[in-house]
Amino acid sequence: MTTKTEERVVDPLDAQEARSARLTGLEIIKRGLALSPAIKDGIGVTLLLAMLSTVGGTVVPIVIQVAIDAGLGEGGHTDRGEVHLWVGIALALIAVTAVCAYAMRVRLFVASERGLTQMRVQAFRHVHDLSMLTQNAERRGVLVSRVTSDIDQVSLFLQFTGIMIVVSVGQMIVATIVMAYYSWQLTIVVLVCFLPLAVSMKWFAERLSQAYDTVRRTVGEMLAVIAEPVVGASVVRSHAIEARTQRRVDHGIDANLQANVSAQRLVAVTFASAGVAGGLANAGVVIAGVALGVAGGLSMGTVIAFAFLVGLFVGPVQIATQVLTEAQNAIASWRRVIDLLDTPADVVDPGSSAPPLPDGVLGARFDHVTFAYPGGPDVLRDVDVEIAPRQRVAVVGETGSGKTTFAKLLTRLMDPVTGTVSLGGSDISTVSFDELRRHVLMVPQEGFLFDATLRENLLYGKADADDAALLAVVDGLGLSDWFATLPRGLDTRVGQRGESLSAGERQLVALLRSALADPDFLVLDEATSAVDPQTELRATRALERLLEGRTSVTIAHRLSTAENSDRVLVFDAGRLVEDGTHAELVDAGGVYARLHASWVAQSRLDH
Amino acid sequence: MSDSPSATTDNLSASTDQVMGRGFRLLGRGMSEQRFLFTISVVGSVVYGAMTVADAWVLGWATDHVIRPSFEKGEMVKGALAVSVLLFMTVAILRALGVIARRLIGGIVYYRLVADYRRRVTRRYLALPMSWHHKHPTGQLLSNANADVEAAWAVFMPLPMAIGVIAMLVAAVVAMLLADVVLTVVGLVVFPALFGINVFYQRWLSPKVSHAQSLRGDVSAVAHESFDGALVIKSLGREADETARFARHAEALRDANIAVGRIRSIFDPLLEALPNLAVLAVILIGIDRVASGAAAPGDVVQVAYLFTVVAFPVRAIGWVLGELPRSVVGWDRVRTVLDATGEMPYGSRELDGAGPARLRLEDVRFEYEAGTEVLSGVDLDLEPGRVVAVVGATGAGKSTLTSLLTRLVDPVSGRVLVDEVDVRDLTHGSLAEHVAVVPQSTFLFDDSVRENVTLGADVPDDGVWAALRAVQADGFVSALPRGLDTQLGERGTTLSGGQRQRLALARALVRRPRLLVMDDATSAVDPEVEQRILAALAEHTADEDGPSVLVVAYRKATIALADEVVFLDDGRIADRGTHAELIGRSADYRLLVDAYDQAREAGDLA
Ligand SMILES: Nc1ncnc2c1ncn2[C@@H]1O[C@H](COP(=O)(O)OP(=O)(O)OP(=O)(O)O)[C@@H](O)[C@H]1O
Ligand SMILES: Nc1ncnc2c1ncn2[C@@H]1O[C@H](COP(=O)(O)OP(=O)(O)OP(=O)(O)O)[C@@H](O)[C@H]1O
Ligand SMILES: [Mg+2]
Ligand SMILES: [Mg+2]
Repeated sequence: MTTKTEERVVDPLDAQEARSARLTGLEIIKRGLALSPAIKDGIGVTLLLAMLSTVGGTVVPIVIQVAIDAGLGEGGHTDRGEVHLWVGIALALIAVTAVCAYAMRVRLFVASERGLTQMRVQAFRHVHDLSMLTQNAERRGVLVSRVTSDIDQVSLFLQFTGIMIVVSVGQMIVATIVMAYYSWQLTIVVLVCFLPLAVSMKWFAERLSQAYDTVRRTVGEMLAVIAEPVVGASVVRSHAIEARTQRRVDHGIDANLQANVSAQRLVAVTFASAGVAGGLANAGVVIAGVALGVAGGLSMGTVIAFAFLVGLFVGPVQIATQVLTEAQNAIASWRRVIDLLDTPADVVDPGSSAPPLPDGVLGARFDHVTFAYPGGPDVLRDVDVEIAPRQRVAVVGETGSGKTTFAKLLTRLMDPVTGTVSLGGSDISTVSFDELRRHVLMVPQEGFLFDATLRENLLYGKADADDAALLAVVDGLGLSDWFATLPRGLDTRVGQRGESLSAGERQLVALLRSALADPDFLVLDEATSAVDPQTELRATRALERLLEGRTSVTIAHRLSTAENSDRVLVFDAGRLVEDGTHAELVDAGGVYARLHASWVAQSRLDH
Repeated sequence: MSDSPSATTDNLSASTDQVMGRGFRLLGRGMSEQRFLFTISVVGSVVYGAMTVADAWVLGWATDHVIRPSFEKGEMVKGALAVSVLLFMTVAILRALGVIARRLIGGIVYYRLVADYRRRVTRRYLALPMSWHHKHPTGQLLSNANADVEAAWAVFMPLPMAIGVIAMLVAAVVAMLLADVVLTVVGLVVFPALFGINVFYQRWLSPKVSHAQSLRGDVSAVAHESFDGALVIKSLGREADETARFARHAEALRDANIAVGRIRSIFDPLLEALPNLAVLAVILIGIDRVASGAAAPGDVVQVAYLFTVVAFPVRAIGWVLGELPRSVVGWDRVRTVLDATGEMPYGSRELDGAGPARLRLEDVRFEYEAGTEVLSGVDLDLEPGRVVAVVGATGAGKSTLTSLLTRLVDPVSGRVLVDEVDVRDLTHGSLAEHVAVVPQSTFLFDDSVRENVTLGADVPDDGVWAALRAVQADGFVSALPRGLDTQLGERGTTLSGGQRQRLALARALVRRPRLLVMDDATSAVDPEVEQRILAALAEHTADEDGPSVLVVAYRKATIALADEVVFLDDGRIADRGTHAELIGRSADYRLLVDAYDQAREAGDLA
């Protein structure tokens, strides 16, 4: 953002990501563990077990040293007793190691799965608490990946990569200690051989993290274009733009392929360099070992055992370099989930402790409300209006004038930038969600249905309604005739997003659903725009009767609604420009009069 | 509430034996598709394996020729020492080259397979008919192209290494045989045991892994749907119930993952311990062999070292076997897309007419589900240059009718003819070039305004602006931050319902179709703007080369544009004629179209 006066917040998730980009990997891990405490259940014991489980491998070189010095080396006389003793000790240690490793892993799986499931569910809930979800439909794909693949990455990290790093570092430390015990000089030789690798690791890590940033960006872009042939299937077919769509998809896939290959190149080189360092160390140990041995400072068994110890050292180093890249990826995923959780829920539920709304039917009030979508211009400007209880208000205005925005503020799907919205006299942001949703309900234009039966969809309005209650509402809205045409009745499957029903039918189901919810303040945003006039009139009037004496705000381009309301609010370019009864506004000769004239011209054409 | 958005995946998991068999066939397919690169990565891997064994051999050689002689003589054996250093470094460098070939080229094989199958899957999406799309949840199709393709080929990541390890094991056994026959027996016991344990392990694991994978798909489908319906969930205050529904799926996945984890926890330590045990056995036996003079100490050291270096790589075989079940499940899901048939065959004829097109429907029948006719014997004749309005109640079949015209669906029986040519005989491009449909709900691409209007067609900006002007969209588009270049969608601006709808209208007009079909395409537009759009349209159609128009509408202003009205009732044409005629003779039509006026006259409305 290069704007000088940055008063407008940008997308809150982006803002959070920008803030957390400064956190290091370790800080991310710390924050992640703090957010899902179940991961840490008994972590001390688990880490202790992890340390113990590194012992088994280390004992083997010791046995070799003993065996060589006890006889293998000289060829003639051998002290079998000592070798047998050490083999016995080693057997026991290996067994202990295996048991520890088993226990450590089980604990780790259980703790991390529990913790991550917590985090997954939390993140899911948090997404629903972000107003962004209802503002910006296009980001949904990204949000889905936060609660699915990103968490999966973290779980891989905790269960394999992370523990491999812990175990590898443990092995490196133990191997170093044992080496130092045998000969500090040789230990220095080994460490010096690994020095260049250690130094270059930082450089590699930076390059890798850049490379993986590119990979992630291309993944996002690829997913977006891959969605087009699926979500936009009918548009693609109608306009025969398959070739173009395929080109876009191919382009996204190829960019992702290139990015992955570039990252892989770095991974391969990093991994290979650890092996070269190992070869160097072996050679160094032989030279220095022989030199020291000849000078009388070392036994032959020690020198050979050292070669084994170098092996024990190289293995973990190689694993560590390898998993480093995976860890980068996993930490980036973790960061994204944490960013999501740390993005403040902008529309906050004040919780059940908030004072309840007064009983009875409520009115609403907009007190100098201004609203802008993140990063955009004002779309509502200084709206100041009071809606009395039981009033039936129609909201009209040109497309894009801010009607939907008004409805979303009224139902607190978003909060104003300045000014307050209040309900029944209390600031709407101090009303608990439970309370709010019990009173106020908005029916959006897009009659979204869930991929389930008609019954299940209706139950979204009122979870404990029985079939008789459902049918009563169908009848109450005068939709029995339509309902009778459904061969499977309440068991009709509506398809994903409700697409097995016609557009108007979807809206009818949404209307039924809201009638069941029985709110006392109803907000309809073009909720019947696709329904035929006859059915619309019948259903909306029946709804009015059902909700007799409630407050309602109806947005519709069919001005029949406005003609029939107590009061009409007219929006124009984000401002409330007219307010009055239908008759008053027609006489006033303003925006409404013009809109109404067009409407009448349309509907009375032949009269 | 609905707990089974994609319960379909479970029946894909088959018995374990089959999984292994199918897994190996899958490996064969991938190998042959990336023959060249795969071979290089395997060669690299074999080099790596051979060098790993050579490393042990060098250590053995150094023990016998450098370390022991030096210790015995009390001075450094310089020549041999130089040779051993050289050997160590050569082996290390060769091994590094092997690693690079294996990891980089092996990685490229994997990424190419994934990219290739993503292309194939998306090509299928583009080829398969709408009826197929309707039956498959969006979330599932997206995961088929992404997670499932990745899962299918994930096994190719460890595969070159595993193959190299097999070579390495062979080399190791040879090296052992050369060193000491008796000690080799240990190897011959341990290696098959490693392999056997691995196989047993994977058999036990694979059904559990498949199960977890399908639960993962469910979690993703629930999240997808729930976020899709966020507005409804929020306005009904159902967040807590949705969270509970999601939690149920997440917890099932957690339990499945833990079950997998428990098995892994047993086997991983076992597989790690085995080579260490082998080293101990080698030492026990080796002492006796050396004491009896049957073996040199260097041989024992070398064999023991072999076990330590082989221990880790051997597990790559386990990784491959471990990935296989997941790959097979992923592949099965990918294959359901690749093998899906029923794409629309297109004909080879082109339309060459100019000016408005003629549309005729002959006894068209259509059903979404067998037995429930949605269109029953529809006949329709739209003469060139005329405007026909289709009017009918909600659910009468109007959208279904429009979807026949661009062949989103084909009739069960009967014919759809454009300029007297059956649309099924036309090429795909030709049909779309001449017929444009504005659908009832708008889809915008994640692209600029310009691209959303032109859809890649070569239209000058003048043409785009003209189309935008005709639908009264020029005003708000020029107010957008970057005009025609403003990005819409994920990284761009969100438009209001009416603004979106007008872009869809412009999209149809800019193509200058010869038949324009509008399905309730002004429902989200205010009356004034709609009036102006209709006026512009009327002007346009009055032109010599304006299109013939089929329009689905309720508003009388739109209907008034029509030369003829077709009244559709429950999938049948109940009546046709001019608006005035229908008003005069059809009570049902009157009730439908005149509803507002009747209400007004009855004094019901203000
Ligand atoms: N999620 C969003 N992000 C950014 N801008 C938005 C978003 N939604 C709407 N807008 C913009 O805000 C303005 C008001 O939109 P709104 O949806 O409130 O209009 P409306 O009056 O409901 O229009 P319509 O009649 O077309 O539905 C429009 O200019 C629109 O482009
Ligand atoms: N994909 C589908 N699968 C099964 N049935 C469907 C499908 N799409 C539509 N239908 C059914 O076919 C009938 C006709 O639907 P269509 O969408 O053509 O109606 P319409 O006349 O366009 O209605 P509207 O005015 O509400 O848009 C409806 O009863 C609907 O339930
Ligand atoms: Mg709106
Ligand atoms: Mg329709």
